[in-house]
Amino acid sequence: MSGGVDSSTVAAMLRAEGHNVIGLTMQLWNQRRLAGHEGMPESVQGRCCSLDDVYDARRVAEHIGIPYYVVNHEERFERDVVRPFVREYLSGRTPIPCSLCNNHLKFDQLLVVAQQIGADSVATGHYARVEYDPGVGRWLLKRPADESKDQTYFLFGLTQEQLSRTIFPLGGMTKPEVRELARTHGLALAEKPDSQEICFVPGGDYKRFLDAYLAEQGGALPDTAGELVTTSGEVIGEHNGIHNFTVGQRKGLGVATGSPLYVIQINGRDKQVVVGGAENLYSCTLRTRRVNLVAVDELREPLRVGVKIRHRHAPAAAMIERISSDDGDDEILVTFDEPQRAITPGQAAVFYDGEVVVGGGWIA
Amino acid sequence: MSSMRRVYLDNNASTPVLPEVVEAMRPYFGETFGNASSIHHYGQETRAAVERARDSVARLLACRASEVVFTSGGTEGDNLAIAGLVTAGDHVISSSIEHHAVLNSCKHLEALGCEVTYVPVDGRGLVDPDDIRRALRPSTKLLSIMMANNETGVLQPVEEIGRIAAESDVYFHTDAVQAAGKVAVNVQKIGCDLLSISGHKMHAPQGAGALYVRKGTRLQPLFYGGRHERSRRAGTENVPGIVGLGKAAELALEALEPGEERNMAALRDRLQQGILTHIDEAGVNGDGAPRVPNTTNIFFDHIEGEAMVIALDLKGLAISTGAACSSGALEPSHVLVAMGLPGGRARASIRFSLGKQNTAEDVEFALALVPETVSRLRELSPVYRRQTVSS
Repeated sequence: MSGGVDSSTVAAMLRAEGHNVIGLTMQLWNQRRLAGHEGMPESVQGRCCSLDDVYDARRVAEHIGIPYYVVNHEERFERDVVRPFVREYLSGRTPIPCSLCNNHLKFDQLLVVAQQIGADSVATGHYARVEYDPGVGRWLLKRPADESKDQTYFLFGLTQEQLSRTIFPLGGMTKPEVRELARTHGLALAEKPDSQEICFVPGGDYKRFLDAYLAEQGGALPDTAGELVTTSGEVIGEHNGIHNFTVGQRKGLGVATGSPLYVIQINGRDKQVVVGGAENLYSCTLRTRRVNLVAVDELREPLRVGVKIRHRHAPAAAMIERISSDDGDDEILVTFDEPQRAITPGQAAVFYDGEVVVGGGWIA
Repeated sequence: MSSMRRVYLDNNASTPVLPEVVEAMRPYFGETFGNASSIHHYGQETRAAVERARDSVARLLACRASEVVFTSGGTEGDNLAIAGLVTAGDHVISSSIEHHAVLNSCKHLEALGCEVTYVPVDGRGLVDPDDIRRALRPSTKLLSIMMANNETGVLQPVEEIGRIAAESDVYFHTDAVQAAGKVAVNVQKIGCDLLSISGHKMHAPQGAGALYVRKGTRLQPLFYGGRHERSRRAGTENVPGIVGLGKAAELALEALEPGEERNMAALRDRLQQGILTHIDEAGVNGDGAPRVPNTTNIFFDHIEGEAMVIALDLKGLAISTGAACSSGALEPSHVLVAMGLPGGRARASIRFSLGKQNTAEDVEFALALVPETVSRLRELSPVYRRQTVSS
C-alpha cells in the first residue's frame, strides 16, 4: 500500500470480497536523507515512502478494518535500485528504476514477507493482468483493460513463481472506475493525484539527485565530460558529462547548426556523445540482455511479436530470435519491420503477442 | 478475528492502566475539575489531589515532595533535565545506549556548541564507570546515564556513577523510565540530581510523568508561562494524569516492599528458558548483566525481527523489535549495535516485556507461538536454507 488511490482501492475491494487482507507498506527510501544537499529541496512531501503517504495508507487500513504494517527495505532498495540507477547514468545509459524495484523489492522481498507472515498472495495496485494458461502450463502477464495505465512494461521481469502468487485486481478496470470505487468505499484519498515521477528523485531532477547522492557517499560526480562528435566521427564540440544526455534528446547540446541535432548514441567508454540529424535516430535492430521470458519457457525459433522500447510507446511489429553474445550470455535480437526512433540503452524492450507479454530484456 | 485471544508482552512500550489507577483518576474527569492554581474551593480540591500525588511519587523515589516536578512524560523529563541545565560551552557525558529523548537532546546541545562524550557499552550492554571517569573534563557539567535500558532491561551501575558525579562535582541525571515501578529507585542511594520517570511505563496513563530535581538544582524551564511547579514547568497541571501517576507510584511501592518483583522475574525467566530450550541459534542480549525483572531481549539468528513481529501480531501476540518509531518502520537498534551485535543479529532480536497484568497463561501462550513462528521464518529465509543444505 503506497498511500495512493490504486493500492488503497485494491485493499478495500479485497476486504469487501471477504478476503483476509493485511496491509503492508514498503519503506524504501528516506525522503529526508538528501534534503538540504546542494540543489535538493529542504523538505519533500507527498511522495512514495514519505510520512504523508504512510499516514494515508494507515488511515485507509484503519478505515476498512485491516491490520497494517510498514516493512523497512531501505538497504535492499539502495543496493538493488538506487546504486544501479546511478551506475547506469554514469555509463551513458538511461535506467528504469521502477522495473528494478518490481523485480528486486515488490515481487521479491514483499513476497518473502508475505510468505513469512502466512499470506498466500500479494495484491498490488498495478494495472496489469495475471492469468494461468492450463494449455501451456504457464502464468501469463497480460495488458490491462485501461491501456493508458498499462504497467506491464515495468513488470516483464516477473518469474513464474512470482506471478503465481501475485494478484492485480485493477487489471480489468479503468482509472476513473477505480476512483469511483474508491469513493464508493468512502476512501478519503479518492481524489489524490497520481504520482508520476521516480519516487526517490524529488521533482524528477535526476541530475541533482546524482550530485547529492554521490556527495553524500563521500564522492563526487566523476568527470564524464568529453567530445561531441557527429555520426561521421567529426568532433564538433564538448559536452559537460554523459549523464546529462539521453538518446533522442535535442535540447541542451550547446552547438548551433543549420539543421536540428539529436543525441544518437552515448559512448560510455570514450565519454563521447554522438549527434546527428533526425534520420540517424532510426534503427531497425536492437539486442536485449538479461532476458526474462513469461509466456514461453524458451525461444526455440524466431517469433513475430510487437515490441515496446519505452513505457510510452506503441508496440512495433518485429521478429525476435535468440542469439549468443560475445560473453556466451543468451541475448535476444529484435528486428523491427519499420525503423524505430531513439532506441535507448538501459531501457527495456518488452515483447507482446497481442495483449500477452511474451517476455522482455534490457536494451544493450 | 475479533474473538482471537490476544496477549500483550510489550510493556516497555506502554502498560495498561491498572483498574485501581483508573478508579483513582475517575473523579477528576468530571465532578472534581478545578484548575489547581485557582483560589476557590474547586481549585483547592485539585491542588490537594496534585500534592497528594506528589507525596506518593516522592515516597517511591525517596525524595522530598518539593523535589518532584510533574511533566508530560519521560521525554519531557529528559529534555528538561538536560536542556534546562546545560549551557553553551559545557561538556556532557552520556552513553551510546540512551533513549532518543536523551540522545537527541544531546545532539541539540552539540548544535548549540556543547561537547558531548558518548561512552560505549560492553557486550552485555553495560557502561564502564571507568570510561566515565576518563571522559571527565574541567568543563564537564552533566552526566546523563540511564538506569535501565528500554530494549534490553540492563541495569546500569548508577550508584557508582553517582559517586563519580559527587566526587567530581558534576550533575548526574538518570533516565529511570524503565526502572521505576520495576526495581527500587532511591535517589539518595543513586546519588543523582535529576531523575526522570514516565507514568505509562508503570501502569499510569500516557501523558503524565515526573522529574526529580534535587533541592538547589537550578533549571531553565522549557516552557514560558505561569509559575506552575515552582516555576520549573509552566502550564496547567494534568490533574487526572498526575493523580493516576501518584496512585501507580503507591501501588508500585506496595509491591516492591515485599519483593513482588521476584515473581515477575520468575515469569520472565520461565518465558526466556522456554524459548531457549525449544529454539537453537538463539540467545539473550544482555545475558550476564543485571536486568529489570520484566524484560528479556532475545536474538533468533536467520530471521527478520520485523517479520516476526508482524507474524506474531497476526496470531495475537504483541512483542517488539526494539524502540517503536514514528513511521512504524524499524531500523536496527542503536542499543544492540552499540553492544557489538552485527546488523543481522540486531535485526533478528525481539524484546519481550511483561507487565503486572501478565499471567503464567500469557507466558504459555507465547511459548506455544514463538518456536513454531521462528522455525517457519527460518525455513523461508534464503540465508538459513543455504546454510542448512550445505551442512
